[in-house]
Amino acid sequence: MLLLIVLLPILAATAILAGAPTRKTALGASVAMLLLTLFAFVEYEPWRRGFQYVISFPILPEWHLSFSLGLDGLSLTMVLLAAIVTVAAVWFTGKIDKYERAFYACLLFISGGAIGAFASLDLFFFYAFHELALIPTFLLIGIWGSGDRVAAAWKITIYLALGSFVLLLGLILLYQNLPVALRTFYIPDLKRSIGQIPPDAQRNIFLLLLIGFGTLISLFPFHSWAPEAYASAPAPAAMLHAGVLKKFGLYGLLRLAVPLLPEGARYWSGLLIVLLLGNIIYIGLVTIAQKKLDWMLGYSSVMHMGYIFLGIASANLLGTIGAATLMFAHGLSIALLFAVAGEIRKRTGTLDFQKLGGLAKTMPFAGLAFGFAAFAAIGLPGFANFAAEIMVFFSAFRNGWEMSRFHTFQIATVLALWGVVISAVYMLRAYRNVFMGQPNEHQNAIVDLRTSLRLPVAMLVATLLVFGFFPQYLVDVVAPTFRNYFTTAQTP
Amino acid sequence: MSIWPPQLEIAVLVLGAVLLLIEMFFVSLDKRAIAYAAIASLATILVATWYLAPALPAQATGLWSFYTADPLAIFFKRFALVTTIIVLVMMLDYTRRSTSSFALGEFFALPIFTCAGLMYMASAIDFVSIFVSLELVTISFYVLVGFDRKDPASLEAGVKYLVLSALSTGFLVYGITWIFGVTGLTNLNQITAAFEKIDIDKNAATFGALLVLVALGFKIAAVPFQIWVPDVYQGAPTPVTALLSVGSKAAGFVVLIRVLRPFLMLPHMDRLLLIITILTLLYGNLAALPEGNLKRLLAYSSIAHAGYLLIGIVCLDGAAITFYLVAYLLMTLLSFAVLIIVAQQTGESISDFDGLATRSPFLAFAMLMAMISLAGVPFTAGFFGKFFIFASAIAQHQFALAFIGVVTVGCGFYYYLKVVRAMYWNSSDKIDNIHVSMLSRVTMTALIIAIVWLGIYPQPIFRALEPTRISVALRSTTTR
Repeated sequence: MLLLIVLLPILAATAILAGAPTRKTALGASVAMLLLTLFAFVEYEPWRRGFQYVISFPILPEWHLSFSLGLDGLSLTMVLLAAIVTVAAVWFTGKIDKYERAFYACLLFISGGAIGAFASLDLFFFYAFHELALIPTFLLIGIWGSGDRVAAAWKITIYLALGSFVLLLGLILLYQNLPVALRTFYIPDLKRSIGQIPPDAQRNIFLLLLIGFGTLISLFPFHSWAPEAYASAPAPAAMLHAGVLKKFGLYGLLRLAVPLLPEGARYWSGLLIVLLLGNIIYIGLVTIAQKKLDWMLGYSSVMHMGYIFLGIASANLLGTIGAATLMFAHGLSIALLFAVAGEIRKRTGTLDFQKLGGLAKTMPFAGLAFGFAAFAAIGLPGFANFAAEIMVFFSAFRNGWEMSRFHTFQIATVLALWGVVISAVYMLRAYRNVFMGQPNEHQNAIVDLRTSLRLPVAMLVATLLVFGFFPQYLVDVVAPTFRNYFTTAQTP
Repeated sequence: MSIWPPQLEIAVLVLGAVLLLIEMFFVSLDKRAIAYAAIASLATILVATWYLAPALPAQATGLWSFYTADPLAIFFKRFALVTTIIVLVMMLDYTRRSTSSFALGEFFALPIFTCAGLMYMASAIDFVSIFVSLELVTISFYVLVGFDRKDPASLEAGVKYLVLSALSTGFLVYGITWIFGVTGLTNLNQITAAFEKIDIDKNAATFGALLVLVALGFKIAAVPFQIWVPDVYQGAPTPVTALLSVGSKAAGFVVLIRVLRPFLMLPHMDRLLLIITILTLLYGNLAALPEGNLKRLLAYSSIAHAGYLLIGIVCLDGAAITFYLVAYLLMTLLSFAVLIIVAQQTGESISDFDGLATRSPFLAFAMLMAMISLAGVPFTAGFFGKFFIFASAIAQHQFALAFIGVVTVGCGFYYYLKVVRAMYWNSSDKIDNIHVSMLSRVTMTALIIAIVWLGIYPQPIFRALEPTRISVALRSTTTR
């Protein structure tokens, strides 16, 4: 079944390229994929240790390299996120003028790459599936993008290619530093090497992984590709990339760096905190200064990565659970924001705050959807984002807590909390500029979202609300993964 | 029935001679028939390589002191045959338009002699046989590179190749004489044994080895012996360029793998190789960045890939080199095959590929696969090639090489994706469809499938090399 989930988008993309009806195939495949994923989510047994739905084909036996798929709580959550966002992204893809087949195929390739990466139990394919999305992104931005699409497409492609090759070096170095008898690319077997990687090597590997994954996640100094690319990309591509694909790096850090390289994480935690505060504070202020909705959303998605890093950096059970939950919640909310922004651009031809205004009159449903998503992104209680952020903040604050004085983590948490205020400022300003005020003269004829488009919006909002009020459903699924890490780490 | 390994080369040589004779005596014959006959016969010989006599003589005497039929040799014989077959298919496409100035019979027959030389070279374990086979390859290239007599660029390329290649041959022979002078031997295995002794003149031997490396550096287009590459690649008829960039390079690397064992016993050799590797990586990738002519771009890319292959040489990983060469064969030949067809319609510069995606989705897709494989995107053979190379670099603690490799891969993404951009982003005035013959379509599809297949499942290549475990053998001899 898992194989089917991973292969469905790729097969559908191939079929579309070969001449199948475009929209029907894409939508059918992604909905089927979502249903299968939901089925897997329901059938998943969180109390069982280890990975479920495992399948494996050997590729290079002497390297212990195999094509293996399997899910545990963390990857299941990510696959669910990917499936939901894929359906929404495909649904929001309207009529495409040029190369319609290629557009849908590219979208499905991105989605297939992300899902494959999350479901892979083998380091090599974990990496390779993520790269599957690289060329489709290049094409999506280059062919169908807006604004300065050429520069944006080059920037994202070169950045991500370089980042992922640094990551590849890190992964190979990790493999080479495993004890010889335990050398494997098979992720479940990696945990046998926990505590056996020399501290020196851990530091080097962690740095490489931090730079590699960090580039993919848009960690502070490596972020400059992200806003530009998301601003130029067509809305469905931005939804998939910002919502799902960017989570790959965080997933990788949670999957590999946290359990395998605790010493590396400790060593570099100071640096990581500085960088993530760069994400939250510096990028947050940059976001406030944006004059266009798409750029603002691009920067906000960079900024929110900081919270997730904070959860990862605190390296305890609550923090990692919070990070995983936040990844899920952020993916949904940013996808919804980009979707609404894309629809607005389609109708008005611009996303400039100066030229927009009063859209709540003509597009009340879009306004409502944007409002929900904006509140979720700020982290208002009732949305999954809130539940996740509160876990992150608590865990970070408790990290190294002493009654007498504040440590780095406490200071960082206090500063990060200001990020919530910052995001409230820019999100509400954006809402006011776009939806409130006087409508422009020539924007009176604008029609609201079609009924058929309200369905994916409702799906995204409903998911955010459900997991906002009942976060335990998500936490119960995710927690065993991390509990596993931290108990094995303590008793080697 | 089983076949004696040297019979393969004999068969190829006879095939070439017979085709030349047929061409001479049956003037009215359609020359294309020669190409089809050559493709069919070479394919038969390719099949025959799986029915070789397994037993080899125990001691290396007589012919077997010049000639080996180990799995590496057999593997590269197949490699040469596949390359030549695909190049002949390209030649059929290439000559479709420009029939006037071409003596077609020879054009189709000469690659067969090159192929024989490449196959012989794969088996050569003696400096004498290395020299002879190298000359067989080079001399047929002299003719092929300058084949388009009416085209000044081709003539210029021919002269450049002739002069520089002759010079490098001179270096090779001179180097061999120095080594012979020191050891009194030409057989590589015996030379290895001789170098192990202390009483030889190491300086003289190193000088000889250096000269041999210069000649091989010329063949594989390593910096600083790469100056000829862009001009010759651009000027030569495109199928010849393809053969030059794949066949000649593979042959150079096979010889390099073979001579590495004795050479690495000499002082400073590893450091020298390291420097050459870094220079080649940087030069090839940086020079390719601004290039606007696709044929020259592929020339620089061929230098760049020589750099990655040299990482494998420095790290003594024969299996990684072999896999990389196979990937290189697939993707380079695929890109040249598309280039030939497109160049007949528009031209050879990258801007001539504008809007190819609308004119011929198949060709655009083929080129896309070739380019992303050359750049090193996963699920293509090119990525696994780079993966193995970087893995061996890190295993040997060559972190500088791995780092430079990664940076240059970033450059590679830029210049290979430039072609993709032209095909998919840009539009052009021309909207007529491009005709692709059935044979080329089948060949290209086969190449695409092979690229993806090896990008997911590289095991077949390692299986083919298994009995020797070249890398292991190499490593065990050089752990100093």
